Amino acid sequence: MSTVTELPESFAPVLAPRRKPLRSRAYKAFRVCALVVVVLALLAPLAWMVLASFKTNVDIYDAAKSLVFTPTFENYSNVLQRNNYFVFIFNSFWVAFASTLLSLLLGVPAAYAMSRFSMQRSALVVLMARIIPGVSLLVPWYYVFSNLRMVGGFSVLILSHMFVALPLIVYIMMSYFDSLPVELEESAQVDGLSPIGAFRLITLPLSLPGIMTAGILAFIFSWNNFMFALVLSGASTKTLPVAIFDFVSYASIDWGGLMAAATVVTIPIMVIALFTQKYVVSGLTAGATKG
Amino acid sequence: MSVATAPARKTAGQSFSDWANAHRKWLFAAPAMIFVGILIIFPVAWTVYLSLTDASGSVRADSDFIGLENYLSVLTDTDRFWPAAGRTAYFTVTALAVEMVLGMCIALLLWRPFRGEKWVRVAILLPLVATPVAVGMMWRLIFDPNIGFANQMLGWVGIPPQPWLSGVESALPTTIFIDIWQWTPMIVLILLAGLTSLSEEPDEAARIDGANAWQRFWYVTLPLMMPTVIVAVLLRSIDALKTFDILYATKGKGGGSFNEVETLNIYAYGLSFDYNKYGLSSTVLILFFLIIVSIMFLLTRRRKGTP
Repeated sequence: MSTVTELPESFAPVLAPRRKPLRSRAYKAFRVCALVVVVLALLAPLAWMVLASFKTNVDIYDAAKSLVFTPTFENYSNVLQRNNYFVFIFNSFWVAFASTLLSLLLGVPAAYAMSRFSMQRSALVVLMARIIPGVSLLVPWYYVFSNLRMVGGFSVLILSHMFVALPLIVYIMMSYFDSLPVELEESAQVDGLSPIGAFRLITLPLSLPGIMTAGILAFIFSWNNFMFALVLSGASTKTLPVAIFDFVSYASIDWGGLMAAATVVTIPIMVIALFTQKYVVSGLTAGATKG
Repeated sequence: MSVATAPARKTAGQSFSDWANAHRKWLFAAPAMIFVGILIIFPVAWTVYLSLTDASGSVRADSDFIGLENYLSVLTDTDRFWPAAGRTAYFTVTALAVEMVLGMCIALLLWRPFRGEKWVRVAILLPLVATPVAVGMMWRLIFDPNIGFANQMLGWVGIPPQPWLSGVESALPTTIFIDIWQWTPMIVLILLAGLTSLSEEPDEAARIDGANAWQRFWYVTLPLMMPTVIVAVLLRSIDALKTFDILYATKGKGGGSFNEVETLNIYAYGLSFDYNKYGLSSTVLILFFLIIVSIMFLLTRRRKGTP
């Protein structure tokens, strides 16, 4: 706009047609409306789930009580006490935490080596874990782990969730290490550090934000994983996504309880994501802008 | 003694760290590769072997080697396999197409700064991190034919109730809708990251040349965004092909009583864990795996070809 005012009046229509400000005001109005629709479409279903979790099953069936109803905590007390949900919450946390930590231990050095020595083909081996459908591994895993008497224990769940977390961590950390200049390590080596010492004392502290990103995202994906736990968990090691199905039977569905259970699974991970928004977004978009 | 051993211990320690430093490339990369390798290579080899046998009943039961018989019966199976493959393709292509177009529109809306940007970003993040099984259950309530909010809304505008997830025809489109709700935000985030890293000059130049908004998008922004678009397609198609949680949560084990939403993933799961036909399910899995790998191969080749 400033260039327009500096030029003679006769040039103005060529550079910035008169229509423009009006059109952009119309566009602004359109944009506000469009964004409101997008936000509503994304949040309303989640709000509906949370609302239903505070309704009795009678109220859920009543269309007149869609929004106005007497809230009840019965579903939550039901979920948390009768169905022993605290155990499942602990299971989910423990499996997600342990698998994330172990995957970071294996994945961060691997990503570093793959980035610095451009080991494309080796990286592909790890990323294959992301491409292969999980179902195709479940039968052999089930066979081996049940022979080892590991099915139903925590170790097999943690191993299988590491399989989800590790490729994610390697992918994110590779693009992070790619963006970290090699010169820092080289100058540290000139000052007398060994290559591994330079990695440990210079690169690793500098890549903490990247490690945070990878760790949080691995935790989220491990927390949300359903298929591996469905087959490999036992009655006492069930994770939350599997435990939800306790509310579904062939005969009927306890909708209130089910929605309370769904809320209990979803809310903790959402709260974590909201507090670590920056990291989650940069993890989900890692490697996207390099082309 | 101490005089003699101290330097020796030191050289031993030193030589180990020298060795570690010299071999750090594989020392760092190998543990992760071995871990993933063991969890992949053996199962895949075993699946290939199982696909050549008539294994069924129990994983431990004896089975006979029957050569390519399974492959023949799967590839000629127009009852379950090909419809499931068709549904997989339909699900992936439709979901991906809608998610890309919608994602691009929303990313463009968010491109230029505005007030309340933070709130919109929060709204975009929430479906992405919501547990897919819970999301499936949530939509199952909303789409319930009798008590669901979707039909209540239709009632307000006088449209008769729809069967949604329980209809043979409507079940798959409804699950695609759920997938779109959950995963369009991811496309938005990726494309937005690409848009913000674009330089302003080409757009400005086109503006001065008199290009309208649509022309600037189609001839300037979109070509520049192609690498990011391909990354988004690649990442999303990998997951869309394997969709399991939402289908299982909304329709149950076999993809519904009429197999309305039975994709290759659901079909293979059912064959393995409901019917225990391990030979046959292994064959389906090998074919499914080959399809996925060849699609990835084609997409990544395309990606390298772009400037």
